Amino acid sequence: MGQHEETVVGQAVVHNQQGLHARPVMRFVDLASTFESEILVEKANEPSDRVDGKSVMHMMLLCSPKGTVLRIHASGADARQAVDALVDLARRHFDMEPES
Amino acid sequence: MEILTGNTVCSGLAMAEAVLLDAEDYRIPYREVAPERLEDELALFEDARSASIDELQHIKEQVGEAQGHDVADVFSWHIGVLNDTPIRGAIEELIRNRHYSAAYATSTVMRGQQRRFAHMPDPVLAERIRDLHDIERRLLRHILGHAAEDLDHLTQPVVLVAHDLTPSQTAHLHETAVAAVVLEAGGATSHTAILLRALGRPAIVGVQDVATRIGGGETVIVDAVSNLVIARPDESTLAQYRDQQRTYSRLTLELDELLDLEPVTRDGERIFLMGNIEFPAEASACVAKGADGVGLYRTEYLFLRGDGEPSEEEQYLAYREAIEAVGDRWITIRSFDLGADKATQEAQYEPERNPMLGLRSIRFSLQNLDMFKRQLRAVLRASAVGRVRLMFPLIVSLMEFRQARMTLHDAMEDLEEEGLAFGHDLQVGMMMETPAAALQCKDFVREVDFISIGTNDLVQYMLAVDRSNERVARFYNPLHPSILRVLRDMIRTCKRAGVDCSLCGEIAGQAVYTLLLLGLGLRTFSMAPGSIPEIKKLIRLTTLTNAQRIARRAMSFETARQIGNYLRDETRRILPYDPI
Repeated sequence: MGQHEETVVGQAVVHNQQGLHARPVMRFVDLASTFESEILVEKANEPSDRVDGKSVMHMMLLCSPKGTVLRIHASGADARQAVDALVDLARRHFDMEPES
Repeated sequence: MEILTGNTVCSGLAMAEAVLLDAEDYRIPYREVAPERLEDELALFEDARSASIDELQHIKEQVGEAQGHDVADVFSWHIGVLNDTPIRGAIEELIRNRHYSAAYATSTVMRGQQRRFAHMPDPVLAERIRDLHDIERRLLRHILGHAAEDLDHLTQPVVLVAHDLTPSQTAHLHETAVAAVVLEAGGATSHTAILLRALGRPAIVGVQDVATRIGGGETVIVDAVSNLVIARPDESTLAQYRDQQRTYSRLTLELDELLDLEPVTRDGERIFLMGNIEFPAEASACVAKGADGVGLYRTEYLFLRGDGEPSEEEQYLAYREAIEAVGDRWITIRSFDLGADKATQEAQYEPERNPMLGLRSIRFSLQNLDMFKRQLRAVLRASAVGRVRLMFPLIVSLMEFRQARMTLHDAMEDLEEEGLAFGHDLQVGMMMETPAAALQCKDFVREVDFISIGTNDLVQYMLAVDRSNERVARFYNPLHPSILRVLRDMIRTCKRAGVDCSLCGEIAGQAVYTLLLLGLGLRTFSMAPGSIPEIKKLIRLTTLTNAQRIARRAMSFETARQIGNYLRDETRRILPYDPI
């Protein structure tokens, strides 16, 4: 299947007041893990450091405060669906209640 | 062979097998396993992991019902970490390729993650360290199961290696076969270090990464004379140390012979050597070491045992026990120094950003007057049975001292009304440990019965160094010329005013400072009881004239390093064979 694999890239902004902390990271990783594709995430302003989007620890260590632009790279059969779903999750503030 | 270094808090030599301990008393019995055990260790890890997840699921459901999903999410995160592929992979890799035991591999990887989080710029994320530590403990509990041994059942002497110990763990060590202690955390004057010194067994703290560099069961030499920790020593190093150990025990025997002799200089000046204690039981150890009394009883340890504030009656019994143990000698009780300690900080709704400059010590006491008064009543009642002095810590202004003394007088009046006995001749003094008070010493000596110079905090505040932060602990140097000037002036001021002046910081018990302090005019030194024989030996071998010459010379240098080298040379001339 190698040559049919496509890589899809999408961008998402962290809107949450406290940044991408434990709970939003969990939401992200849980959703990412439902896809078959490999998912790598980097910060748009520090593009060298790509981390595993299915790893809680990697995503935490990315350290993304409010305003960070994340670039999501997915490669695999469901890459497009994965990127769309994850970008949408970020748009919904990772389904977190509005923070005070 | 690997040689590490740190900050020696109690000198001596020990050679023994290492025992690794984490903060929750999990002893990791061995670091590596035989290749045929690998599959078992992998299975052990996997079982521990799934058992931990099951446990967390259960907790999460319970918490979720009681406190809502936000709180339950914390445990989802724990489960997420346990399911994290890179973490699992790293642990399994260490077991498979490096032959680490499941417990050791888990600990190594989780510690690594904690260190990475510790360096995160975002404080919210940095707080996750505690969660990671919790996850590590949960896994270790399942891996070690019943195999988790505690230190009480040791039959052979061991070297205890740990990241850090709590004060209560440290206080418990004297009942165990632990021959020496090596810690990753802490500077030479942290609270744990103070307790280690009281323990009197060789101890080195602030040894970087020691808990990951030494494995359980490996031979370790703790050379707390030259400040070295030697892991896996080779044959010739071992032989060399066996020789040194013989010399060292000979010197210790020599000191024991001094027990019944007074600390008098060769030109006839009687010096007073007192002990510093944390627990009433140590008061008799002071007497056994030939102390002239107790110069500092740190009462906060009564409050830090984990079960909250002790009642007035419990405090009374503890103080009384200490007072009775010293007989007709003087005992100086310091009111509790709480606030900056870990236990109080963790109990705060919002921990202080800078606890050493926060609501601590006498400030804390004066804002918790009921609690303070309970202590003062207990001290007063106990003072009926002996010669007691009471002092207040961390005084900055005259107003603070007056307010503390007024509270004491209130307590006296109450006791009188209730018809309860107390010592009417109780002396009231203060710790000189802030630059502000030190510079205003002239005004204070008009109001106090005595002062006790607390160099640990004084140096810390004057040099702007957190002594328990291993990254800056080396900047903590009591020989800074400014400190010497302040010490000299305070001792002089007290002498002129006829107010008793003692010094109870760590430097009182370290031979390299003795001649200087003696020469600056200090006559009462208060130290860990174990240091008394050594300091007494030095005092008996010198004269006041010599000490005064040395102090004058030391004051003429411009840097702490020059002063240190000079004092070491002068001290070695008198004690050529002792570790200085």
